[in-house]
Amino acid sequence: MPRSASRYGLRFVALGYLLVVLIAPLAMVFWRAFDKGGDHLWQSLSDPNTVHAFKLTLIIAAIAVPLNTIFGIICGLAIVRQRFPGAGIVNAIVDLPLAISPVVVGLSLFLLFGRTGWFGPWFQHHGIQMLFALPSMVIATIFVSLPFVAREVVPTLREIGDEQEQAARTLGAGAWTTFWRITLPAIRWAVIYGVVLTTARCLGEYGAVAVVSGHIEGQTETATLRVQDAYENFDLPGAYGISLVLAVISVLVLVAMTLLKPKESSP
Amino acid sequence: MSIQVRNISKRFGDFQALDDVSVEVEGGSLTALLGPSGSGKSTLLRIIAGLEWPDGGDILLAGEDATTVAPQQRGVGFVFQHYAAFKHMTVRDNIAFGLKVRKRPRDEIRARVAELLALVQLEGFGDRYPAQLSGGQRQRMALARALAPEPKVLLLDEPFGALDARVRAELRRWLRRLHDETHTTTVFVTHDQEEAMEVADNVVVMNRGRVEQAATPADLYDAPANEFVMSFVGHATRLGGSWVRPHDLEVVLDADESTREALVERVVNLGFEVRAELVSGEDERFNVQLSRDEADRLELERGQIVFVRLVRETVFG
Repeated sequence: MPRSASRYGLRFVALGYLLVVLIAPLAMVFWRAFDKGGDHLWQSLSDPNTVHAFKLTLIIAAIAVPLNTIFGIICGLAIVRQRFPGAGIVNAIVDLPLAISPVVVGLSLFLLFGRTGWFGPWFQHHGIQMLFALPSMVIATIFVSLPFVAREVVPTLREIGDEQEQAARTLGAGAWTTFWRITLPAIRWAVIYGVVLTTARCLGEYGAVAVVSGHIEGQTETATLRVQDAYENFDLPGAYGISLVLAVISVLVLVAMTLLKPKESSP
Repeated sequence: MSIQVRNISKRFGDFQALDDVSVEVEGGSLTALLGPSGSGKSTLLRIIAGLEWPDGGDILLAGEDATTVAPQQRGVGFVFQHYAAFKHMTVRDNIAFGLKVRKRPRDEIRARVAELLALVQLEGFGDRYPAQLSGGQRQRMALARALAPEPKVLLLDEPFGALDARVRAELRRWLRRLHDETHTTTVFVTHDQEEAMEVADNVVVMNRGRVEQAATPADLYDAPANEFVMSFVGHATRLGGSWVRPHDLEVVLDADESTREALVERVVNLGFEVRAELVSGEDERFNVQLSRDEADRLELERGQIVFVRLVRETVFG
């Protein structure tokens, strides 16, 4: 009897916590978005500045995700397979973006590319607009979403070992063939899972991008910045509408992750 | 294709894995590298394959220096203890890998894979994945994969080490038969002296990164070069400063000037043979191997006093 009581107690606490902290706010967004009807929601979403904000978010993700995927795989291979001095430090540095607040990242980029920063004058001299423009927003997003692919790939590479790769070499495959035919297929689920996480992080990024973008409506405003903007201008239905779209994407990502995760453990 | 290993040394951190090792492997022979774990036998095999670089020394394949040649250009087939199966490929694709990499025509690949599936008795398993095979089947697949590109040298690293005793014995005989048919120069690593003696034409006994002796199984057993080989190859025990094999001792019930007294501590029935574990007057423990008839005649039992005569002994200076 006490055993089943404690079991139900555990479930109650776990579910209650999830309900209050995670589910309730999301449900609120869904509910409020449709508060004034579907037509109104559609109207606020088809505002040109909102459409532009979504486009910008997708463009940034489309640049940051492939770059971080390639970097994550290379980084994982270097850490696990090369055994170079300092591999442990690289492995730790990859995690840095998880530990640093995005606002701090944004601020440091602001200082780096500002008029008196290390790189700022060089770009200014060559007529390249970094701050308050796409380049710095992309760099900020890359920074914050950098660890996810490497974090998934490193343990998987360790687990599969390098015997299959050695076997491929003795069978006549060069380094490139071995990577495409043996290594990449073996880590594919880890890479896909990492890509999903990276995408989610890119779409949801706010803090770092907020600092470097300058919030210019219709120009450097991403979807998350647009939510803030709408909220501050008392356009609550608009804020809820954009939030709804972002939340729907997150739920889709969650579903994708759930579908992918069991496959990760099977060969 | 002959293999010459000349003065190879290899160090891993503080551990001297190989210390100035030289070995000759005749073309077309079946050679075993035998030694306890940490003796350097696997490292030597991996250096021959190009999977490990030596710190010093040369590897010659068919008389040509191959020390700096990449593994994919050496023309060797390698079989790993834990199979190293390509898990995301079917058995057929695993076997075809070496041929696809070499861009052989599709018809030729299909024919060769079918031939190899038959050779390793895996017909009907071509579309399965490695996870759906037993250990013995996986290792046969790995063998077929290594043989597909027709390597000039086949290297096997403890190939049967992860298998149970029956499958092991079966694959040993099968490897010997395969070698008799193809005459591919084959080198395999093992820590099991019985396996080395049963399968190989030549055995290289290694210990602590050095070669102790290289000889035929019969010569190793009958004329071991030193105490290590004597004790590692076949059973041997020390008795009064010399080495004896269990069958070099005769057990009698009556003492004379050539015998010494011993107490029977244990009698082990091995089926076709009986092993008696004895303790001599000088407190030395040793084993005697007897036939069933002999043991029955002597009516050996625990606690009995018997007399032992040395028929043959080996003394190392």
